Amino acid sequence: MADGIVARVDERMREAALGVYEYFALAWRALRFSFSRPFYWRDLLVQMDRLGAGSIPIVLITGVFSGAVLALQSSIELSAYGATSFLGSLVGDSMVQEIGPVLTGLGIAGRAGSGIAAEIGSMRITEQIDALQTFGTDPIRKLVTPRLLACLIMVPAATIIMDVIGIVGGLMIATSSGMPADQFLRSMWSTFAYGGFLFGYFPKDFVPGIVKPIAFGGVIAITGSYYGLAAAGGAESVGAATTRTVVVASVLIFALDYFLAQLLMVLFGPQAAM
Amino acid sequence: MKDTGQYLEGIRTELGHAQAAERRNGGPPGATPRPLIELQHVYLAFDQPVLVDLSMAVYEGETLLVLGESGQGKSTILKLILRLLAPDAGTVSIFGHEITHLSFEEVLEFRRKIGMVFQNAALFDSLTVFDNVAYPLRENTDLSEREIARVVREKLEFVDLDPERDMAKLPAELSGGMRKRVGVARAIATDPEVILYDEPTAGLDPLAVQTITDLIKKLQREKGVTSVLVTHDLRAGFRVASRVNLLREGHIVFRGTPEEMVASNDPYVRAFLNAS
Ligand SMILES: Nc1ncnc2c1ncn2[C@@H]1O[C@H](COP(=O)(O)OP(=O)(O)O)[C@@H](O)[C@H]1O
Ligand SMILES: [Mg+2]
Repeated sequence: MADGIVARVDERMREAALGVYEYFALAWRALRFSFSRPFYWRDLLVQMDRLGAGSIPIVLITGVFSGAVLALQSSIELSAYGATSFLGSLVGDSMVQEIGPVLTGLGIAGRAGSGIAAEIGSMRITEQIDALQTFGTDPIRKLVTPRLLACLIMVPAATIIMDVIGIVGGLMIATSSGMPADQFLRSMWSTFAYGGFLFGYFPKDFVPGIVKPIAFGGVIAITGSYYGLAAAGGAESVGAATTRTVVVASVLIFALDYFLAQLLMVLFGPQAAM
Repeated sequence: MKDTGQYLEGIRTELGHAQAAERRNGGPPGATPRPLIELQHVYLAFDQPVLVDLSMAVYEGETLLVLGESGQGKSTILKLILRLLAPDAGTVSIFGHEITHLSFEEVLEFRRKIGMVFQNAALFDSLTVFDNVAYPLRENTDLSEREIARVVREKLEFVDLDPERDMAKLPAELSGGMRKRVGVARAIATDPEVILYDEPTAGLDPLAVQTITDLIKKLQREKGVTSVLVTHDLRAGFRVASRVNLLREGHIVFRGTPEEMVASNDPYVRAFLNAS
């Protein structure tokens, strides 16, 4: 009895370890294929187009509301200390370093990550992936690499849009409560400037805002592809793959967010990773 | 269970087709002893053992029918031949080359001469009919787009599809029978010497079954291809087969011509025939 449980736990652990190994092996191969021929350019462009078009509405709506609520909550807190003049700096830094990357990552994980799992999963169970292989096409090269690169490019791009929209949302709240727009923007810019610059003109505060979404993009593409490729059996296995992708990608995004913040703080000083 | 007399009559009709097929194929395999494909003492297990000491050979010019109930490992055999799977033990050879220990990429060179028609056609659902049939040409040949267009038209016409009408359609817009025919057109795009069919008639209405079996016969007749058909649909299989292997519990329990199979006294063979 006890022996059975131990054996079963053991088995679980081995499977989990194997799963993690396969996850990284998939990521490594997909990345390596971006630098060798044949490269499926058309697939990359199609994926970028889809990812962009699919994510813009989510990014716009989430961005404006989260910027607005951030400004609303912070202005109450700040006014208690007579520090409302820091509103712009607070909204700007939080948006660029934290909220923009995480919310964009989560939104795209839900929208595009699940889509990647569904698409690859249904190709798997309808033997389209076997068919690709019989024609000599490596499915990782053809399916995973373009999705990975598309996410590595488009998630940061969407994050920048989210940042701008969020700051605009915050600015709207600020001006509607009587703060002049230029005071808000000046406060924001002074924080960025205070953080220092890389290469003379790139604010260090923007580093996590770019590094994080690149990492999140990788997580979304690889998680979706991993569960899609692992689908086996009927249509319900595709459904399970999409759900798992959203859950696992979201958890990984939160975890990575923390660890990257730590890492960047060590590399660039506390200013760069509030 | 069916009335035995009625069932036997049905089988005899199919046998007429089978004998005709055999004559077209240039006689029984004894005349051409070179196996194009050979599996020897193959073992393969997933969660459970699937293939257990399986040996079989496919000879040049023949149409081998592999019969077996669902879940017995018929699709698995085709995937071994395509090197989509590797056996746990035993050897798989195609065109005289043992592929068991080669990587999928190393096998490609030999494998190009094998076409596969998947169970539900496995068409790429994001590509049009034209792009589906063009896919193997674009991946594996240096043909220009103009030449590719010519070959695609030719193959679509061969499977009785109207290129003008159907070429721009997506797989989702086609009926099951049409999808299967596009699958055949894609499999023959690069003029393979061997074609593997996985349940080519499953899920089709009787008319579409007829169309597909006619197509398989036409490929034997006009292109001289060697074919392997795996199916549980004995009737459709007998229309085209020159030889039958019956798969049960991981290995071949009967080998022979369709006539020999019908004449067999083996209890499992009889049970299988009766159930069909
Ligand atoms: N990739 C796989 N993973 C686990 N089990 C599999 C896999 N492919 C096939 N099987 C199992 O192997 C057995 C034979 O499958 P298959 O070759 O598809 O049978 P058939 O084509 O004769 O219906 C089935 O029991 C099936 O569940
Ligand atoms: Mg099958």
